[in-house]
Amino acid sequence: MSDDLPAGVERHTFEGTDRLATRGDPVYGEPTDGDWRAWNPTRSKLGAMLELEMETGLEGGDEETVLYLGAASGTTVSHVADFAGPTYAVEFAARPARDLLETAASRPRLFPLLADARKPATYAHVVESNVDAIVQDVATRGQARVALENRRFLDDDGRLLLAVKARSEDVTRDPEDVFADVRAELEAEYEILEARRLEQYHADHLGIVARPQPR
Amino acid sequence: MTDSAARTAGWFADVDPDEFDGLDDRDAGDARDARDGSTVVTAIREGQTETPQDWPALAVDDEFADDEAAYYDRLHDATMAATRAAVTEREAADDRQLVHAVRAMDDCERTANELAERLAEWAGTVDPDAGTGVSFARELARGEHELASTADPITSLADRVVDLADEAAELREFVERQTPTIAPNLAALAGPVLAARLISLAGGLEDVAKKPSGTIQVLGAEDALFAHLRGHAPSPKHGLIYVHDAVRGTHPDERGSAARAVAGKLSIAARVDHYSGERKPELEAELAERIETIQARTIEDGERDNSGGKANE
Repeated sequence: MSDDLPAGVERHTFEGTDRLATRGDPVYGEPTDGDWRAWNPTRSKLGAMLELEMETGLEGGDEETVLYLGAASGTTVSHVADFAGPTYAVEFAARPARDLLETAASRPRLFPLLADARKPATYAHVVESNVDAIVQDVATRGQARVALENRRFLDDDGRLLLAVKARSEDVTRDPEDVFADVRAELEAEYEILEARRLEQYHADHLGIVARPQPR
Repeated sequence: MTDSAARTAGWFADVDPDEFDGLDDRDAGDARDARDGSTVVTAIREGQTETPQDWPALAVDDEFADDEAAYYDRLHDATMAATRAAVTEREAADDRQLVHAVRAMDDCERTANELAERLAEWAGTVDPDAGTGVSFARELARGEHELASTADPITSLADRVVDLADEAAELREFVERQTPTIAPNLAALAGPVLAARLISLAGGLEDVAKKPSGTIQVLGAEDALFAHLRGHAPSPKHGLIYVHDAVRGTHPDERGSAARAVAGKLSIAARVDHYSGERKPELEAELAERIETIQARTIEDGERDNSGGKANE
């Protein structure tokens, strides 16, 4: 079993299987064990990255700040807010943001923002500088661009945890080619520490852990 | 100097701290109150700055909050209220507006055409060279076609027809611009106008998302459908979606299959649009592939028939 799980993320047994779990209000009808609720890696790219024992550098605890891009209805970001400190959740679409609001209602350190992750200037007056981690899961073209644009929020020792969706860049191309392009573009400002296909849980997705290049 | 400049860039710079009393207690129904005249909501939604700062520390220095915990409490209330207001506004603006726009567009087009017919009939009685349709109304309105006798009321009617046709064109532009922001996948798959018509006929995006694809396939063919259900007609193969290139461009023998494939993908697209809002370009590729397979059937049959015929001769 990995010792690298952030504080606040534990393995618990749900209906006979060992699964990742965090402590908080249930969000999407996931199984619970007392205060703990299961974190489903097939519904969450970050969950899959943890399940695959990627070294996310996440530590957990009230001091850890996170910027989450592409929060959608809040499935993953709810788990992040359970184990981390102040968590900023950026989502562009109104409909999932409504569900995100419900998730955030019971989590006082989760801050929902309806904004476009490609335009950080529209939320830089709210999101603090030097966050410990950026989690990015945006299904749009130009995912590397989004990561570069949001570099300004990340601490020099922080981590970018990126799930690249090949189909969002170009459905017709081989995912491997898409991933190669994204990695090349990222390397302008990030050093990639680890990259793994999330195939087991998410088709045509690449999980990347990166840290900012020293300035 | 830099400090104060930095401070004024933060969302809390011009916020009245008293506003936070009770902000938290408001529920979704009060989002309108929060939106109207709240400096908090405006600050979060409309503020902009290029570079993030250590806002929690600055806010404490600025005596906006006693400590960081208090700052975060306020930030939570502020972002909840602002996002709730933004979501409510966006959702209200969305598909209802589109439904009205596409219905108004159809009304304008239909009325313009009816009036153009009336105009042609009338103009024909005073001028044997009178043309027909909206294009003739345009000629009259621009003075490119002079009518033989006293034509004031006729030209005036022509002006109205042109105005209506222009209005219809502007509404169409609005629909084409608006649909992709409301239902990106449905608009990409069906084209913005057909997508808007489906939303209009179903009653809203949510209604399209909740209908089975068989219903979407025959939306707009209700007369034929009920004739079929009463038992004296074949089931309709397609409704509105007949105008989709993939249906119309398919040989009539295979149009039922094409319509079924199109309706299937459209219903998935509507569900994605309604429930997640995520763009899924793979849907277009999947539909294109499916339609290619369906259209290939008739080509193969055609070739087989042709070669068979030759062999018999």
